[in-house]
Amino acid sequence: MFLRQENIEKNAILLLVLTLLTVSIGGIVEIVPLFTIETTIERVKGVRPYSPLELAGRDIYTREGCYLCHSQQIRPFRDEVERYGHYSLAAESMYDHPFQWGSKRIGPDLARIGGKYSNDWHIAHLRDPRDVVPESIMPSYAFLAEHNLDTQHIAEHLAANRAVGVPYSDEMIEKAKADELAQLDPDGDNSGVLARYPGAAIFKPIKGTPAKATEMDALLAYLQVLGTEVKFRDVDPADLAQ
Amino acid sequence: MTPSNPTQSISVPGSIVAAEPYNEEIVRACVIASLVWLVAALCDGLFIALQLAYPSLNLGLEWTTFGRLRPLHTSAAIFAFGGNALIGTSLHVVQRTCRARLFGGDSIAWFVFWGYQFFIAMAAIGYLEGVTQSREYAEPEWYADIWLTIVWVAYLVIYLGTILKRREPHIYVANWFYLAFIVTIAVLHIVNNLAVPVSFFSSKSYSASAGVQDALIEWWYGHNAVGFFLTAGFLGMMYYFLPKQADRPIYSYRLSVVHFWTLIFLYIWAGPHHLHYTALPDWAQTLGMVFSIMLWMPSWGGMINGLMTLSGAWDKLRTDPSLRFSVTAVGFYGMATFEGPVMSIRQVNGLSHYTDWTIGHVHSGALGWVAFITFGAFYYLVPVLWKRRLYSTRLVEYHYWIATLGIVFYITSMWVAGILQGLMWRAYDELGFLQYSFVETVAAMHPFYIVRALGGALFLIGAVLMIYNLVRTMRGEVAGVPRAAVAQAAE
Repeated sequence: MFLRQENIEKNAILLLVLTLLTVSIGGIVEIVPLFTIETTIERVKGVRPYSPLELAGRDIYTREGCYLCHSQQIRPFRDEVERYGHYSLAAESMYDHPFQWGSKRIGPDLARIGGKYSNDWHIAHLRDPRDVVPESIMPSYAFLAEHNLDTQHIAEHLAANRAVGVPYSDEMIEKAKADELAQLDPDGDNSGVLARYPGAAIFKPIKGTPAKATEMDALLAYLQVLGTEVKFRDVDPADLAQ
Repeated sequence: MTPSNPTQSISVPGSIVAAEPYNEEIVRACVIASLVWLVAALCDGLFIALQLAYPSLNLGLEWTTFGRLRPLHTSAAIFAFGGNALIGTSLHVVQRTCRARLFGGDSIAWFVFWGYQFFIAMAAIGYLEGVTQSREYAEPEWYADIWLTIVWVAYLVIYLGTILKRREPHIYVANWFYLAFIVTIAVLHIVNNLAVPVSFFSSKSYSASAGVQDALIEWWYGHNAVGFFLTAGFLGMMYYFLPKQADRPIYSYRLSVVHFWTLIFLYIWAGPHHLHYTALPDWAQTLGMVFSIMLWMPSWGGMINGLMTLSGAWDKLRTDPSLRFSVTAVGFYGMATFEGPVMSIRQVNGLSHYTDWTIGHVHSGALGWVAFITFGAFYYLVPVLWKRRLYSTRLVEYHYWIATLGIVFYITSMWVAGILQGLMWRAYDELGFLQYSFVETVAAMHPFYIVRALGGALFLIGAVLMIYNLVRTMRGEVAGVPRAAVAQAAE
């Protein structure tokens, strides 16, 4: 027979091709169905693309490697649900490019950190974590409040997300910069950004005006939306079946 | 089948004279690069270990936070130290076992070497600047990924080309493993890094898939970076250098055939065990667990084949401390590939996941298996490449015991830390409330983080001893013997 080891190990191309075939099977069987089976992502309402400011904050979260110490994935255990909230759904990260589930909890899970602490608490904590949590081993991120937020390229970031499948409309991309600033302007007109991104937090930036927005402001917007989009009291348990 | 004789002009008695000398400069360059990156990886690892014990060491600077330095540590250890060791030894082994000089000429080999170092430098500088895809073990951004793809294809061309022009009828078993490593890493790298850059001038990109699909693609990649980079590649190393050091043929040819095909078939399925109890559908988690447990068998097939190669030559462990590294490495490989399937069981994983137990497991593989098998190979290879005697066997013994003690400190402290933290998270008091706040479980880790850093420091000291020993070897010195006498003896 042709496919005997004594033939394979005398023919480099055959060895290469058979190796490739052998290693392809598992990946194809496990990954392809995730794109085709409809129930992989639960049918829940409320999950929306990130607002421009939240997306900018998410980019800072990934840039700083927060995922190396903080997971965003609550497991369906009694202790985790009591500590962090409802277990995580696949739907809740369907617009996350890339996913940030993490693999290690040097710090606590952040999947539902949104709304748990005030902005002031987060600012104090990011500046010097040991000011508010003496035993914390988290680095200081005071420098985020010194870095101006880059608001010039946000539309390109939305467009790149649309290219990988996030349903940003033309209007959302066109108004990206205005929406980003409007979220930091509680005294201005927020109806546009709130219509496009329901539930986005509108708050005053650290330095007072949207023109002086910092990276920490964007990070706050991201942290405060995490895990808040699905309203679990309105969810029918049947819709959570995968 | 045994690898051919190490001398390059004449192989086994009465056989053919090599047509052209082997390209050994490229192998030497890879060995040196690997040693340099080893120090970088270990220093960074020690530093971030100390940061977890003493957070003020984050220094308040954006470039020195744990979040930016950890990818630097993992990439330096896996891709810079491990990658150079694999490229170097694979190019050595393929020439010797095929009795052919590297395919494609010297310039393409140097392109692979310098191209790979350039990739590492690009990735490392990016990490410090915060340029990252934030995908574990695949952090380099799109431009570095494209560059690596080009370099890797050139590497495959050299490797496969050399096998094709071999002057041996059979392809030696070490080459099956190296080839599987090269080709599978190419597939994993390309699929996992599919992304859309924000613009041609932006370092930032967004991954092609999102959420649950992205999670499985990343861990399909991540676990097979373990399976094919850190396992198959280093098994290739074992299959050449262990028989060389023991001066014995591989124990069982049949076992190597069976364990090669089963290992590469089963490994690729194991990724979902990183996602137990997550939003990944249960059927995928179950598949990942079942295949991870099955993987135990081919893994131990490799261990048995390595250890049994020593039968009849165990006495060499007394006289050749470099062989001790290789044999201990195979032992750690066996231990880590037993611990892995245990941790892939969902209920065990429910406790171990997100804790330092995982970190301990990774390091028993990375320090005990990957680094030790490489150290054993280097202690053998450097004298061969530089045509010298090893400077000091005594220093190898010191290195062995210091490094082994370091590993023991490391993994035992992480076992205790991980299991303790996992249990504290789920502990309830008699009134039915969670017994510990999260930060109490962080504070409980402090002593273990110190012991872990101590283990890392010992491992680093051992590595520095090795480099000192190897550099003196390269310079043609032998401990206790005057230089002139060494030169004379060499003639």
